[in-house]
Amino acid sequence: MKKLINATDDVVVEALEGMERAHTSLKVVYDPKYVVRADAPVAGKVGIVSGGGSGHEPMHGGFVGMGMLDAACPGEVFTSPTPDQMLEATKAVDGGAGVLHIVKNYTGDVLNFEMAAELAAADGIDVEAVVIDDDVAVQDSSFTAGRRGVGATVLAEKICGAAAEAGRDLAAVKELCERVNANGRSMGMALPSCTVPAAGKPTFELGDDEMEIGIGIHGEPGRERRPVASAAEVAKMLVEPILADLPYSEGEKALVFVNSMGGTPLIELYIIYNEVAKILAEHGVEIARNLIGPYIPSLEMQGCSITMLKLDDEMTELWDATVSTPALRWGA
Amino acid sequence: MADGTTVTVDDLVAWVPRFSEVIGEHADELTQLDSAIGDADHGTNMRRGCRAAVDALAAAEPVDVTGFGRAIAMKVISTVGGASGPLYGSFFLALGTTGGSAPSMDAAEPIAALKAGVEAIRSRGKAEPGDKTMLDALLPAIAAMEGSLEDGGSLADVLQAGTDAAEEGMRATLPMLARKGRASYLGERSIGHQDPGATSSWLLLRSAAETLAP
Repeated sequence: MKKLINATDDVVVEALEGMERAHTSLKVVYDPKYVVRADAPVAGKVGIVSGGGSGHEPMHGGFVGMGMLDAACPGEVFTSPTPDQMLEATKAVDGGAGVLHIVKNYTGDVLNFEMAAELAAADGIDVEAVVIDDDVAVQDSSFTAGRRGVGATVLAEKICGAAAEAGRDLAAVKELCERVNANGRSMGMALPSCTVPAAGKPTFELGDDEMEIGIGIHGEPGRERRPVASAAEVAKMLVEPILADLPYSEGEKALVFVNSMGGTPLIELYIIYNEVAKILAEHGVEIARNLIGPYIPSLEMQGCSITMLKLDDEMTELWDATVSTPALRWGA
Repeated sequence: MADGTTVTVDDLVAWVPRFSEVIGEHADELTQLDSAIGDADHGTNMRRGCRAAVDALAAAEPVDVTGFGRAIAMKVISTVGGASGPLYGSFFLALGTTGGSAPSMDAAEPIAALKAGVEAIRSRGKAEPGDKTMLDALLPAIAAMEGSLEDGGSLADVLQAGTDAAEEGMRATLPMLARKGRASYLGERSIGHQDPGATSSWLLLRSAAETLAP
């Protein structure tokens, strides 16, 4: 294993120390661990807290700031954070208007956030939660843990963060988050796997000429393993299942988010985006907004994911609103 | 001290280092089972959490069953992580609450407390029997303990019956199709692997039998 680390046990903490030094707009608390806006709590504003396993940076700590998250709780690499972190983060951002937890649908994340919400409610804080489950690679069924939360999480955090900043109340921000989730769909793929520092070896093995279609952001298995194909073919394999799951009518608008799994460079993401744009043009879908880059990677895994969000005017306006975080910043 | 009929707070406190010890002995096996159908961290996470719980109990010096449950639950919840943290944490919290604010439990009380703990895991994880989870070891164990109690078994008999049923339940997860947790993403590919959570649950009951009614 070749990695730029000092010791596997120190990966999460030392990365947080680096973030704290790099971004004065953030405050990092180490026991229990969370990243919070330096100006929290913002009086009268709904607080937004997210969190999850580390290894997906900039998600979530890099999205803490004006117009997005108020706090983020990092777990160990690919391991859910714990309720004590979420509880303290929730308390730290409660400006009196309640707190929304944005949770990715993984059993550990959901259970830990549920416990945190119960503890916060016992402390008199108004807490609501929305579970994001946008990964179409997983069949949504009562016989599984359900669809995983992936790319739509980034979009929900941005859009809900803008709504909270604009002074909407907790019920409205929650409804908006549910609407983003209901209109967002994602599908990912991997070339080689990533290596979790503590494990020291790749999470899964793929042959030199193989790729995994429908991969999860922790290397969970996807829909199928197939021979490596061209960018045009890969784009089709990712976009078609999304459109099959949530069809678009002629003229409907989409936000298209092409995400790197970590090891795939921007030059390849633009090639994929180009192909996605061609496919969507054939379907009469207008790409009204886009986001391209490594925003929810899986350590250094090679590959990409595509997220499509069916936009309405309100979501578009909130997407465009000013945001100032380490990873997303515009309009300021 | 354990006298064969009563479970004192000291017995409960002695249960945790023994649980930690057997988890330590089986940590590699738990991680191996988890790497087949999960994310290969169950052994590591449980070992870390149990060691922390032992230290926390030593510091907390609980005087009643509720205090014991709360002390260990909060530590397990904040150190284990993943799904196991809230599940084991909920178990100990409910066990303590049902055990009550007395320094010991008698007769059917320990089994009622264990049952409350298992029910808490069930409601937290929203799993059902046959989903290939901890419950597939724990629910048969509770049924066996209640049966043994009804037959007039001693506390040692009752806990041994629970341990045996948990072991059998754990082995029965092997051919099951996972319907909860990360293993459920594998669908058919989860068949043929023993569930790591059911395995640590068997160790939980085995260590209980060894310490609560030795």
